[in-house]
Amino acid sequence: MLLNILPQVLVDGLTLGFMYAVVALGYTMVYGILEFINFAHGEIFMVGAFVGTEVLLISDSLGALEGMNPYVAFFLTLVIAMALTGGLGVLIERVAYRPLRGAPRLVPLISAIGVSFLLQDLVRFTEAIARNEFYLNTPALFSGSISLGIASIPTKGFIVIVLAIVMMIALTLFINKTKWGIAMRAVAQDQSTASLMTINVDKVIMLTFLIGSSLGGATGVLFSQNYGTIDPYIGFILGLKAFTAAVLGGIGNLRGAMVGGVLLGLLESLSGAYMGPLTNGAFGAEYKDVFAFSILILVLLFKPEGLFGEAVKEKV
Amino acid sequence: MANIGWKSMKGIPLVVTLIWIAVSAAALHFMEKSVIAFLGILFSIILIYYTNTDKRVRLILGAAVLLLIIPLVAGDNRYYMEVASQVGIYVAMALGLNIVVGFAGLLDLGYVAFFAAGAYAYAIFSTSQANEFIPGGLFPLSGDWFWPFLIVGLIVAAIFGILLGLPVLRVKGDYLAIVTLGFGEIIRIIFNNLDKPINITNGPQGITPIPSPELFGVKMGTPFYFYFIVLFVIIFIVIANIRFEHSRLGRAWVAVREDELAAQSMGISLLNTKLAAFATGASFAGVVGVIFAAKQTFIDPTSFTLMESIGILVMVILGGSGSIPGVILGAAFVTVLQVQLLKEFSNFLHSLQQSGVINLPNQLDPSKFQRLIFGIMLILVALYRPNGLIPARRKKNDLEAIKGSKYAGGKLGILSKLTQGKQS
Repeated sequence: MLLNILPQVLVDGLTLGFMYAVVALGYTMVYGILEFINFAHGEIFMVGAFVGTEVLLISDSLGALEGMNPYVAFFLTLVIAMALTGGLGVLIERVAYRPLRGAPRLVPLISAIGVSFLLQDLVRFTEAIARNEFYLNTPALFSGSISLGIASIPTKGFIVIVLAIVMMIALTLFINKTKWGIAMRAVAQDQSTASLMTINVDKVIMLTFLIGSSLGGATGVLFSQNYGTIDPYIGFILGLKAFTAAVLGGIGNLRGAMVGGVLLGLLESLSGAYMGPLTNGAFGAEYKDVFAFSILILVLLFKPEGLFGEAVKEKV
Repeated sequence: MANIGWKSMKGIPLVVTLIWIAVSAAALHFMEKSVIAFLGILFSIILIYYTNTDKRVRLILGAAVLLLIIPLVAGDNRYYMEVASQVGIYVAMALGLNIVVGFAGLLDLGYVAFFAAGAYAYAIFSTSQANEFIPGGLFPLSGDWFWPFLIVGLIVAAIFGILLGLPVLRVKGDYLAIVTLGFGEIIRIIFNNLDKPINITNGPQGITPIPSPELFGVKMGTPFYFYFIVLFVIIFIVIANIRFEHSRLGRAWVAVREDELAAQSMGISLLNTKLAAFATGASFAGVVGVIFAAKQTFIDPTSFTLMESIGILVMVILGGSGSIPGVILGAAFVTVLQVQLLKEFSNFLHSLQQSGVINLPNQLDPSKFQRLIFGIMLILVALYRPNGLIPARRKKNDLEAIKGSKYAGGKLGILSKLTQGKQS
């Protein structure tokens, strides 16, 4: 009986894991360049989910969704959400992080925690004014599911996985092949040398935030389609877990973030499904967050460089 | 010399302070429920701190305001005493976190876990909850046990601090922040679910009725008594803070905060020093947790969320991390703001709404603005006042002053040799 649900559990885990992976990319990109944990990244994801849902709700009430191909509608939503969250990320960097670039390491972190809480309440605020509630139901664009023989995967889950893979490939190509990508890698390696090579460091950092945040926002749209309900607090825990994924894979390493995300999603889904039955109900699915955090702590203790990262010696 | 420069800076004249105390005390006495009067009397403590008199006079004045004037003027007013003891609880917690964040520079986002440990320690054993897993029907304990449990809470939380610290403190900087955040959540989830397989915490239902403290048969359940209990705990914590600040351990904390590698190469054991900071901060939170449980008479896991940790962090950062007067100010300000000012403001808006002047959706109730306000405060402080409202004063090791002191002969090691070398 336990094995019967295994394929379904794996499919759920993959869907979740790919979302973690894309959000983890945002953490890892910023960390790679600034060595700073962008605490507000989870909230950018949440804003993306709200923007996507609002776009769908508004166009639905205007009747624009009637007869429109769901894939086209989804694509447009995604583009709008990515543009807005990308802009938001750049704005946050400009206002709350850039003035603190030379400050002691904890100061920008404190500012980032502040941004994170501010965004949660601002979204709640706006939704409270606009709709008088802040738990939103996202209109579902896709129904039905694709049968894979032993497991069936819902179309929306399938789209999540495909889009996540597309975004990852696009990002990898961008970082490795384009001029801007090379500039980003150069800044990550050595800011001052990069600036001597006529690279505009400020612009590169802005670009990093733009890309990382728009990926986060896009994941928000995927999340809202996949799970159907959102609230202003979804970003916090998901952000924390995506960060865990980034650490698991080796923070600063793009490939690591992708693998770490998928791995964490699978582990979480498996533990959620099997911990209860295996311990006779003593420790059930309510402990799955504990499980994820324990992984974070274990990785930081025993392999702080992560699966793919390089161990860094501290320089004096 | 630096010392003289500081001393010649004029503070506030004593007369002004005395008049202020008299006026705000009168206001407190004659007004039934006024936040402004309460803020006035709190502000007098800050005035005293900056008054241009002898340190001893300032101490006596401060003690007089806290121990005599406030209880005499407002002691029979439940409202004021309630606010005052609430402020006190947060001041005590913020002072505990100040050791971890301010002195040792360890950003702990799961501090409330230790508070929860203390609160649950008292709650479980002072109610019949403990009968669920300890046979013999020994429980509930009476309110007399509150006093020993202050120590028990301290020890339990300190042990928690060491147990959490041992794995957590191997990571540093911003990683530490995330890991402590994770641990704080883990503890809350565990407390929330530990009603099975063995019912230890009663899960989300929480534990009630937690007995009020009792002393010689006097039941001390009113805010009036809690005001004094909290005040004495604060005095104890403040003294501990001051004693720690310039002790060997305190200086080791600062060294670790400023530069771990340099501190290590000076022979400071990183893990031990950080563990000491963690355990000390935790133990204060544990004591306050016991008081909190006794004061609320009911606790459940929702009192120990991440928001609480962040709130206490805001108090420390806003006031000035590492600065004892700053942290007290920050804690008092944030507490009054969130328990009183926001509530008053939303009451005011509600009254406007009832008279039909404005239309206010329920979600916009100002008393729900915690996150917004904390967020803005954190950003603004980080951007414009990273050292807080009252920045920590670094003790200047003035070489001349050390040489001139009576200890210059023997105890100062290399310094004394320097002096002798010059003299001969």
